[in-house]
Amino acid sequence: MSEALTVKTMEEFLAEGKQPEILFWVGSAGSYDDRAKKISRAFVKILNRAKVDFAVLGPEESCTGDVAKRAGNEFLFQMQAMMNIEVLNGYEIKRIVTCDPHSFNTLKNEYPSLGGNYEVFHHTQYIKQLIDAGRLTLKGQVYKEKRITFHDPCYLGRANTIFDAPRAVLQKTNAEIVEMKRHKKTALCCGAGGAQMFKEPEKGDMDINVLRTKDALETNPNIIATGCPYCNTMMTDGIKAHEKEDSVTVLDVAELIANSL
Amino acid sequence: MEYLPNILFGVALVIGIGFFTRNVKKLSRNIKLGKEVDVSDNRPQRWKNMLRIALGQTKMVVRPVAGFLHLIVYAGFLIINIEVLEIIVDGILGTHRVFAPLGVVYDVLIGSFEILAILVIVAVVVFWLRRNTIKLQRFIKPEMEGWPKKDGNMILYIEMVLMCLFLTMNAADFQLQQLDAPHYTKAGAFPVSQYIAGLFQDLSISTLILIERSAWWIHILGILAFLNYLYYSKHLHIILAFPNTFYGKLKPQGQFNNLEAVTNEVKLMMDPSADPYAAPEEGATEPEKFGASDVMDLNWVQLMNAYTCTECGRCTSECPANQTGKKLSPRKIMMDTRDRLVEVGKQMDANNGEFTPDGKQLLDDYISREELWACTTCNACVEACPVSIDPLSIILEMRRYLVMEQSAAPTELNNMMSNIENNGAPWPYNQMDRLNWVNE
Repeated sequence: MSEALTVKTMEEFLAEGKQPEILFWVGSAGSYDDRAKKISRAFVKILNRAKVDFAVLGPEESCTGDVAKRAGNEFLFQMQAMMNIEVLNGYEIKRIVTCDPHSFNTLKNEYPSLGGNYEVFHHTQYIKQLIDAGRLTLKGQVYKEKRITFHDPCYLGRANTIFDAPRAVLQKTNAEIVEMKRHKKTALCCGAGGAQMFKEPEKGDMDINVLRTKDALETNPNIIATGCPYCNTMMTDGIKAHEKEDSVTVLDVAELIANSL
Repeated sequence: MEYLPNILFGVALVIGIGFFTRNVKKLSRNIKLGKEVDVSDNRPQRWKNMLRIALGQTKMVVRPVAGFLHLIVYAGFLIINIEVLEIIVDGILGTHRVFAPLGVVYDVLIGSFEILAILVIVAVVVFWLRRNTIKLQRFIKPEMEGWPKKDGNMILYIEMVLMCLFLTMNAADFQLQQLDAPHYTKAGAFPVSQYIAGLFQDLSISTLILIERSAWWIHILGILAFLNYLYYSKHLHIILAFPNTFYGKLKPQGQFNNLEAVTNEVKLMMDPSADPYAAPEEGATEPEKFGASDVMDLNWVQLMNAYTCTECGRCTSECPANQTGKKLSPRKIMMDTRDRLVEVGKQMDANNGEFTPDGKQLLDDYISREELWACTTCNACVEACPVSIDPLSIILEMRRYLVMEQSAAPTELNNMMSNIENNGAPWPYNQMDRLNWVNE
């Protein structure tokens, strides 16, 4: 990374007796997955550039439990949720932003009845706010001649009906945005949800990510944009299955914006 | 003898409605086998959903061809039923076209019934072709073999025959009116059946009366029979679509319920003052079973979902697992749930209303683990359903049973879960390294 990133933990904020503007929930993928870590860094670059006074939990963050819940392990989910809520409430966190639609959905919808009430944003929503508020200006040159198609992550789109924020943000890159035949409410899953990311698929005649990448490739894109670290992995693998890795790249909305600053 | 037809009609009506009532009671008993669930919230929104989705058919028209054809049959069903009201009054009182004094209104009504009837016939023919000649993918999936396929066609045949009888009856009536036959009041407009009446030109009054009466009787008996067929078929959606959309999920699709029984236990586990070795309190109820292995473990809305399903297969055709050749079909999940519930109900009927375990259950005997583990929880099936059925919620309940009661998750998922338990991430990395990405 060429640009040094400024990232402060909640512990440091507490030591200074200050509250951050917002908490960046990095998520397990964003913390450990090599590809997703780049998305975390891109998003922090945006936050730094917009001078957002944000914090992370660092080692105090733990898996939201989303994947355990969807695998059927409600025990593990609620254990994780209650531990996280204890930490979040301890720091009196009010607002959270995350790059992972799964964390987003769980924090926003499934934590409240367990005692965790926060205003939760997906990073595409938050970036849009920053742009709308004039805190972030884009040069919008890098992708000017490119075709971008956006793959709706299930847990952002269908699950939480957030379709417009990522598209509005992508518009700011000045690229040509093209829609797949199935998009928004009818978007096909990338194949990773419901804990599928962590297991081999059941017997079938095709992998879901290969089918979804086919949808994307039909739009003749230069870039497939997405807003989820798991979709990113699945679509990247799909591109390889179609042997298109030389002509098509998969990038997160945060990366596209960070590169357009 | 003069009142014989009235009496026969009365008897047929009582038997027809009586049997239907008996079946509705069974249906409601079976649905109530499900667990209680709080759906008393946000009634204004629920009414709105019912009006929009069930009455207004908003989700049907997402697929324009099927949606439009369905709209015709649906409107036909609703509107032509006004005619059934007249038929019932006529049948009981021995009158003929008792609503005739409505004059022009009556003409408009009968005329529009006829136009709808012919449109319904066209729609039904196209529906039949889609199922049997064009063989649309979603109608020839494995779960549609046998009875479901026959059932689908049977419903189309019945609708076809009923509409033909209605038009035949009107045609004969029209002809009788032309011939000034006694008792046949000059009333109604016959924009469609006047052309059928052409075939009846040379028939005598008595033959015409025979045709008119036969068509009238078979039509109403057919309607009563169809009413009773509903319980045994997939066609219950014509009634259940309304409560089903009313009680459908209001929360964001991605929000899954948090099991309260688990919350209590987890709170106890995290309470530092709790005694982990404490004996359960005297008279404490046995801890609730987690998840679902049979229909009684599901809630009543999920069971009503199963009866509401009309096997249209939109869920299955949108399912990413099904599209890529996996065994999972959300429609089959609903059909299996219903079939198992019907089986449980039958066993109760034969057993004085008591259910005794029959060595079978929804899991494994109907729904395989392979199907359950193929789901990506993407909600495409939920989004696709035109009557707010939620197959995903059943899949999740069954996964919960597999994982929490049986510890029977696939090995890779067990690894993932023990990673979360040990180091707070689905991968085996140290929690202390969570911030390393900043400096890489």
